[in-house]
Amino acid sequence: MDNALPFGAASGQAARVDAVFLMILVIGVFFFFLTQGILIYFAVKYRRRRPDRDNETPAITGSPLLEVLWILIPSIVVVVIFYYGWRVYTDQRIPVAGATEVYVNARQWLYEIKYPDGRTAINEIRVPAGKPVKFILSAADVLHGFYLPDFRVKMDMVPGRVTTLWVQPDRPGNYQIFCTVYCGTGHSNMLAQLIVMPPREYAEWVEQGGRGGGEGGVHEPLAVRGERIVKNAGCLNCHAVDGKEKIAPNFRGLYGSKAPLEGGKSVTADEEYLRESIVDPGAKVVKGYPNVMPTFKATLPKEDIDAVVAYLKTLK
Amino acid sequence: MAEESGNGRGYLAERGWRSWAFTLDHKRVGAMYLWTTIFFFLVGGVFALLLRLELLSPQARYFSNHTYNVFFTLHGSMMIFLFIIPAIPSGLGNFFIPLHIGARDVAFPRLNIASYWVFAAGFLVIIGSLVAPMDTGWTFYTPYSAKSTSAVTTLSFGLFLIGMSSILTGLNFIVTIHKMRAPGMTWHRLPLFIWGMYATSIIQVIATPVIGVTFLLLVAERVFGVGFFDPSKGGDPVLFQHFFWFYSHPVVYVMILPAMGIISEVIPVFSRKPIFGYNAIAYSSLAIAFLGFLVWGHHMFTSGMSPLANAIFSFLTFFVAVPTAVKVFNWIATLYKGSITFESPMLYALTFIFLFIVGGLTGPFLGALATNVQLHDTYFVVAHFHYTMMGGTVMGFFAGLHYWFPKMTGKMLNEKVARAAWALIFVGFNVTFFTMFIVGVRGMPRRYAEYLPKYQVENVISTIGAAVLALGILVMCWNFLQGLRKGPPAPGNPWRALSLEWQTPSPPDTENFREIPVVTDWPYSYGKPEGPVA
Repeated sequence: MDNALPFGAASGQAARVDAVFLMILVIGVFFFFLTQGILIYFAVKYRRRRPDRDNETPAITGSPLLEVLWILIPSIVVVVIFYYGWRVYTDQRIPVAGATEVYVNARQWLYEIKYPDGRTAINEIRVPAGKPVKFILSAADVLHGFYLPDFRVKMDMVPGRVTTLWVQPDRPGNYQIFCTVYCGTGHSNMLAQLIVMPPREYAEWVEQGGRGGGEGGVHEPLAVRGERIVKNAGCLNCHAVDGKEKIAPNFRGLYGSKAPLEGGKSVTADEEYLRESIVDPGAKVVKGYPNVMPTFKATLPKEDIDAVVAYLKTLK
Repeated sequence: MAEESGNGRGYLAERGWRSWAFTLDHKRVGAMYLWTTIFFFLVGGVFALLLRLELLSPQARYFSNHTYNVFFTLHGSMMIFLFIIPAIPSGLGNFFIPLHIGARDVAFPRLNIASYWVFAAGFLVIIGSLVAPMDTGWTFYTPYSAKSTSAVTTLSFGLFLIGMSSILTGLNFIVTIHKMRAPGMTWHRLPLFIWGMYATSIIQVIATPVIGVTFLLLVAERVFGVGFFDPSKGGDPVLFQHFFWFYSHPVVYVMILPAMGIISEVIPVFSRKPIFGYNAIAYSSLAIAFLGFLVWGHHMFTSGMSPLANAIFSFLTFFVAVPTAVKVFNWIATLYKGSITFESPMLYALTFIFLFIVGGLTGPFLGALATNVQLHDTYFVVAHFHYTMMGGTVMGFFAGLHYWFPKMTGKMLNEKVARAAWALIFVGFNVTFFTMFIVGVRGMPRRYAEYLPKYQVENVISTIGAAVLALGILVMCWNFLQGLRKGPPAPGNPWRALSLEWQTPSPPDTENFREIPVVTDWPYSYGKPEGPVA
């Protein structure tokens, strides 16, 4: 979804922010042409024509009336801008009753999602359209950000503190989430999706246990499912499949390879090693890659882990 | 008027490194600051070009993400701490404050050279920190900066020294301006550059200790494990942001006020008109310095501060716009019915006004809460502060360099080359940074080594602009070097200006004035029949 203004606002709230933006833009463009116009007009009109008349410029040293005017007018204009910016912001900050609550915990470099009914996910938030959603934000390690450009809102995620943000997603669709507070090497890969589903589809998805998101289906090959999970769970923020190595071992060629471990031993990357590294990343740490990976024990069920291992085996 | 100049070497006569290293001459100290800061400006510029190179493609192509993060940290901290804060105050300010007020030197010449060497110790420590280059961004936000394995402690120590140098210089200038003015130089006859420098020095003295203490707390956190900013020990990471911005917001006025002072000098000279609204310009500097202390929270609207605090900070922020706008209006009014010429200092001064208006008018988008929450930490912010800091301060600095080059060096610049460089810089700057407004409104966050492919077009355009801008700056530097080596000798007063520094030979003698001048008028009495003629 492109959010070029003034189009692409994903909610009524966002449209009101756009209205404030447009108001400031109109005022700004007006003063831009006024000031730059006079600047250029004076510069051209009063360019030196007769060098011998340099000493005949009028001795104007100021005008109290003009000073008062150009203190007063900008003061009024900025108070008006302040007022509308503040009004729209205040409405954004007052949560409405009956919102769907979603807990989002950020860590380097992914978002852990928890729904009140116990469902969990990574980097993917699903909510029904037409109902307000309240995000309850926290961070595990350093500062992170939670930015929904299509909704024109963001909030910092602060360790040791809970911050909140709410939106009213009216239109189904996939909306980008960015981390906006610099959080280290993987900052620019810390992306997530807000998936707004039509209410009926959402209800069906919850009934099916809230996994897989309706994609794939029963006959989905294991490796295909694994690839999808690897993409959604944020693995690729640190592990590269192709190209330049990121901060963790590359996935391609990993299966079956022999890797040196911290402490001098080495290990052959077989199915069991891969499984163990997903649920207990600190158990065997490959030399040169200090362990920063969170455990996926709680967030990925056994069959998903099997699917990921199956996918990794295909990366020769 | 001193017309015997042009062949003497003035304050530059003495040779040898000792004559520089131990000098007590404010002009030499200023010159050393200028060389140093321009060097770091070019180094910081190289980092900027490396960033733009990487951003040609959405995926990491030339550098790893970590390397990119190191580059933007070094770009930001070098440009801020080693270039833009010291360049005009410590460089041009040192050189011209005593000349402007009719003094032989600053109040404390030994303290002055000591400040330079503290500054030098600071940048040497900072260079030393490159063994494990920092990747926290120039803002050092905790807890990341407390946990990072890079040389944050070393860099903090270096910046502590830089800050100390800044405080000493500010003190020196305040005393100089109060006590060293020539007979007859009343406050309302001071050149407006001095008013700008006075307001700047006050901010330096009041605000810089806060960042010094903040760096000490950060070092205590890292070395001794004290938990000021660590929530698991009862600290608060947001507290660091308050401390940091309590200095770093006022300091943007340390960057811009001296540049505004230069503009207030250049505009009347090249319009042959008295400055319009002297009092308004002079006191608006003080108003900006005062209000600048009350608005730091506008960097933190999304940090979890209460909506009430946000509203208060937003409201106060808007009032910084008023004295700033007053200055712009007065400069424009000065042009009215002038006899304007467009030598390179004037071109840069007009460019300052042009670009600063863009920077100023994009401020309300960020000051208003609703749009700030949308645009904060996106490229819109990057564009906004480059328009004010580079389009403003750096253009003011360039105006000052071109304006005072004959006075500082005793040589004239090649005007044609200077104008060509100006044209490249003007076009390159706007292509580079205006596109950032657009990509920011479209949602691209800042400090991203890799970005979504939908933002690529803007990034490619911006990189092309950066190349043009860099070319312009290279041509300008080449012109400076050529001017230094073989520029024609400069007369004492090539621009027919009325302020006191132009009543000395070019370059001035070590003593500045053979006799301390007696001041009978303000320095802006242009347009009088008995005034200087070409």
